[in-house]
Amino acid sequence: MSQPAVSLRHVSKHYLRGGQVIDVLKDIDFDIAPGDFLALMGPSGSGKSTLLNLIAGIDQPSGGQIIVDQVDIATLAEAELADWRASHVGFIFQFYNLMPVLNAQENVELPLMLTTLNARQRKEHASLALEMVGLSDRSSHYPNELSGGQQQRVAIARALVSDPSLIVADEPTGDLDRKSAGEILDLLGQLNTELGKTIIMVTHDGRAAERAHAIRHLEKGELSALEMLQPAKV
Amino acid sequence: MRLSRIPLHYVWRNLFTRKLTTVLTAGGMALVVFVFATVLMLEAGLKQTLTATGLAENVVAIRKGSQTEIQSGLSRQEASIIESSAPIALNAMGRQLSSREAVVLISLQKKGGTCSKSDPPTPPCTNKPANIVVRGVGAQGLAIRPQAKLIEGRRFLPGSAEIMVGRAIADGFEGVQLGASLHFARRDWTVVGIFDAGKTGFNSEIWGDAEQMMQAFRRLNYSALVFQLRDTDAYASTQKKLEADQRLTAEYKRETQFYADQSKVMASFISILGSVLSAIFSVGAIIGAMITMYAAVANRTGEIGTLRALGYRRRSVMLAFLLEALFLALLGGVVGLILASFMQFFAVSTMNWQTFAELAFSFTLTPIIVLKSLLFALLMGMLGGFLPALRAARLQIVDALRAA
Repeated sequence: MSQPAVSLRHVSKHYLRGGQVIDVLKDIDFDIAPGDFLALMGPSGSGKSTLLNLIAGIDQPSGGQIIVDQVDIATLAEAELADWRASHVGFIFQFYNLMPVLNAQENVELPLMLTTLNARQRKEHASLALEMVGLSDRSSHYPNELSGGQQQRVAIARALVSDPSLIVADEPTGDLDRKSAGEILDLLGQLNTELGKTIIMVTHDGRAAERAHAIRHLEKGELSALEMLQPAKV
Repeated sequence: MRLSRIPLHYVWRNLFTRKLTTVLTAGGMALVVFVFATVLMLEAGLKQTLTATGLAENVVAIRKGSQTEIQSGLSRQEASIIESSAPIALNAMGRQLSSREAVVLISLQKKGGTCSKSDPPTPPCTNKPANIVVRGVGAQGLAIRPQAKLIEGRRFLPGSAEIMVGRAIADGFEGVQLGASLHFARRDWTVVGIFDAGKTGFNSEIWGDAEQMMQAFRRLNYSALVFQLRDTDAYASTQKKLEADQRLTAEYKRETQFYADQSKVMASFISILGSVLSAIFSVGAIIGAMITMYAAVANRTGEIGTLRALGYRRRSVMLAFLLEALFLALLGGVVGLILASFMQFFAVSTMNWQTFAELAFSFTLTPIIVLKSLLFALLMGMLGGFLPALRAARLQIVDALRAA
């Protein structure tokens, strides 16, 4: 069996609030295979976003190991972790998080500023990514000139432009109407099947979760059993 | 090199998404830079005018310890000894190019009216009386000062009660027009000529015959002896030789240095006053920039979180916000300098506290002042932007994203 893309061992996370320890995640232990598409579900406050943040390397666990592509990211120094995120993780947020002063093309180029690509190569890569999400004709538009669905597609182009192996999506359809949400989920599915990206998606929406290969439920910081929907395609 | 890796247009455009704040903050900085630059320009104008007054090949001899010609006294005997022992240049007729001078102050009434620029500057604005230098010059006094050119009338005749006035005097004072009669030292003096000595202190003087002045002012001693060296490099050896002479009690300065020294007291006062004023004003501008930048950080917390999530380091975020503050400051600096550059069209006439004589000079913008002003602006931006940039860099990614 191949190495898992993401492997969590005894991961815990707690906060101190008013002198009280609040456990958000307790002893989380699971693997995600390369090319898998996992949906994390659970009620508000169950810790699913925290878990996603830990896997994406934007938050540090209180204990345990998080091994992504054979690197224990919990041991990386902050600057190393930033570099690691730039090359390994693509982010998709609920509210798109595009820079309002940059147009679609420039937003997509943003992660490429951290690579060694020159200006022309960055432009080419960004154009290609926008083409993949079907927004070539909107490259010079600013976020406020795009619909929610279009903005999320720009965000997806931004997430895949640096060719990361892992894409994390936090409620990617949470702010969209049904039609747009469907289009975004189609795109995520495409990234998974055609480009082989490992995707972890946090969602409230059962219909969105159904697009994944498997669903994990989180309840009060603890993981339920794996619910398989369809076999992982690698 | 991509300094912060965050694209510069991201930094730049953010300034212009909040136009009003940017304009107000940069405007505050522009005012401070304006004050800063204007004061430096005043100082530079004063220095330039006095430095330009002298010529390097001329030497001024005054009594030791007297800073100015007004305080100095040099006997006829001393003047003769200097003239006989110094290597003084000769004119075509074989005459020594030296001038025994009597310098006194008289009071004249300034013209009223508006402040305006003429080249050379016009003493403006008030009709108060002011002290004017009256310089009695020797036969070669005009020859050793080629910068003073007759523009109207003729030269005064030696041995007569005739005078010629500098252009700044002619333009700025009452009753000194060509043909007018001035009453001082119990005599009437006729204005027969107007000379223009460019942007020099001589333009604020009245010249006449030295011997006539000595008699009229009942003086026994000259104020100074000014002579032209045969070889300008011979200054040091000449100075040494004359200082070694036991019969002499004078000191010898190059004319350029002599006038530059006269700007010291006032220039340093202007400079200190300017620095103190700018420092006080800049505190306000720095706080303004800080408030603006803190607001920018607060408004863009989500963007900061996103940038950090995408892999930008704390350092990059810090630099991006610092750059934004520096851009803002630079904008203020440039606007302030442009405003200050208009001050070049105005002239000032005021009393030089060292000589107690009226001196006309203009605000002068030099490349050094441009550089200093821009650096001052950038320093304000740096000080105002540092703490907000630090806050931006220190945000926790998860907290910042939650604020989005």
